[in-house]
Amino acid sequence: MRCIVPIKQVPETNSVKMDEKTGTMIRDGVETIINPLDLYALEAAFRLRDQRGGEVIALSMGPPKAVLALREAIAMGADRAVLLSDKAFAGADTWATSRVLAAAVQKLGLDENALIICGERAVDGDTGQTGPALASWLDLPVVTYVSRIDDTAVDMAGSNPGSCRLKRLTEDGYELLEMQLPGVITVIKEIASPRLPTLRGKQRARAAEIPCWGRIELALPAECLGLAGSPTRVVSLARPRVSRTCEKIVAPDAATMRGAAAKLAEFLNRRHLV
Amino acid sequence: MNTCEHREVWILGEQRGGRILSVTHELLTRGRALADLRAASLCVVLCTGPIDEACLRDLVERGADRVVAIEAIELMHFDCERSAACLMELIKERDPEIFIAAATTTGRTLMPYLAVRANTGLTADCTGLEIDSQTGLLLQTRPAIGGNVMATIKTPSHRPQMATVRPRSTAPATRVSGRPGVIERRTPTENALKSRVRRTGFIPREESHDIAEADRIVCVGRGVRKADGVGRIRVFAERLGAAVGGTRDAVDRGWLSYPHQIGLSGKTVSPSLYVALGVSGAIQHIAGMQTAGTIVAVNTDPTPGSSDLPISASLAICSKRCRPSSKRSRPVPRR
Repeated sequence: MRCIVPIKQVPETNSVKMDEKTGTMIRDGVETIINPLDLYALEAAFRLRDQRGGEVIALSMGPPKAVLALREAIAMGADRAVLLSDKAFAGADTWATSRVLAAAVQKLGLDENALIICGERAVDGDTGQTGPALASWLDLPVVTYVSRIDDTAVDMAGSNPGSCRLKRLTEDGYELLEMQLPGVITVIKEIASPRLPTLRGKQRARAAEIPCWGRIELALPAECLGLAGSPTRVVSLARPRVSRTCEKIVAPDAATMRGAAAKLAEFLNRRHLV
Repeated sequence: MNTCEHREVWILGEQRGGRILSVTHELLTRGRALADLRAASLCVVLCTGPIDEACLRDLVERGADRVVAIEAIELMHFDCERSAACLMELIKERDPEIFIAAATTTGRTLMPYLAVRANTGLTADCTGLEIDSQTGLLLQTRPAIGGNVMATIKTPSHRPQMATVRPRSTAPATRVSGRPGVIERRTPTENALKSRVRRTGFIPREESHDIAEADRIVCVGRGVRKADGVGRIRVFAERLGAAVGGTRDAVDRGWLSYPHQIGLSGKTVSPSLYVALGVSGAIQHIAGMQTAGTIVAVNTDPTPGSSDLPISASLAICSKRCRPSSKRSRPVPRR
């Protein structure tokens, strides 16, 4: 089974600076990590591989230093990784990003045992659009918010090869679905607890050769890439300060607690909340 | 192609079991305002199993000029490929100017899939939609970078201009009895009903309250200290008619399951009342609840140092003893 996991390198802190001109993030000089929600996608991929063999390939589109995220993915257990980096990719929205990822997946090749596993969304951009958009470019089926991948369907070669059983979290419960492979899923935290990098993995990661594919390698036309190729444009940025006029009640002991509870009740009454 | 008179603003209707969801009524409020500004007609498009005329009539009475119900047994439950194919046929035919959907599990899946098909841009999880008075373009405003920044985004040259809208970010449209409008039922082509995903079953959610839709939420933070405190908080929440949510800490400790997690790596909520118990207010958490109407924070920490919640709250109670034993045993009296 071939699992391809697109991951994103995101800033570690929340004190991200913005380029006021383009409205995109300034990523220089900020500590970075693998998008925390992508760790679940990696873990899901590792488990599938550990059960039935095959390989896990991590992909990341980003600046050259996104290679660090890929090395970490290898340290955790990815078999190999490909960096997708080119100046022309900079400033891409989800449409342009998923286009590059799709080209990379096509270059890697898909067979009827391939599954692309994405995190639910990136914690910086917070759109959750790249996974379904990637599926659309590749004309593959997509199932989002997957909380479990049932290995039996894929494992039992007799039952239904080239498909997998999935459990999908929706607003009112879990859907049980069967998806034909190759396909794309996005996973939620329930899927598995991510493992930590191992010492051996770290050694492997240091030695690993990570190819870098750019516009030329992916044979993509320049006009569909990066900021210039993105259908959406950031017009303006504002910093709203959610300033609430906060009433504060200090209740240091049991005696004052009673009064505080009464004040709270009065406050909620006043706002017609109880 | 559309002339000025036939300009259309679309919203994606959502149904479960033939009943229209309230997020669709919220979209009608949004869509009506946009359509009026653009002198366009407002159209609800809906992929559905067999559906009653009354349900569709209700959408007209809540502000739709046209309702297009794409009807087939295969569309009873959400299926991304089928919905995308059906809607793509309709988009080609009618060329809408704007297409918005709710940022639900359905909208968040279908819209990015569809946007690539339609070769256009999409803005996720908007909290504000306006029309630029000069260009007539849709201005799509959304929180970015964990809610620290509000970004306004446009789609200058691709059509339709697509966006998903955060549920509960606007009031649902009210009914005006007898309001006129067109109802159109369509049967999709066989080709559009092909799918590589098969639904084999469904496990309904156990709890009655989905926090993303709850109007009142009691949130459990690490300050609660023990799992047994959560039991008392559930009782409190029940008396308040509130759903129970938690911070990442509370979920990682196993006090609550992941669907209850609020914040950057969980759900975004926007209730009218939010009661935070033992929540320090990490920025990742704030990002998921800052649009709440009234925020009440109960915490041991009177100095808002590392924590933002007491200052951004509407009311804060600070007590060294505010553990469930002292505070939650005295629930808010109900009228």
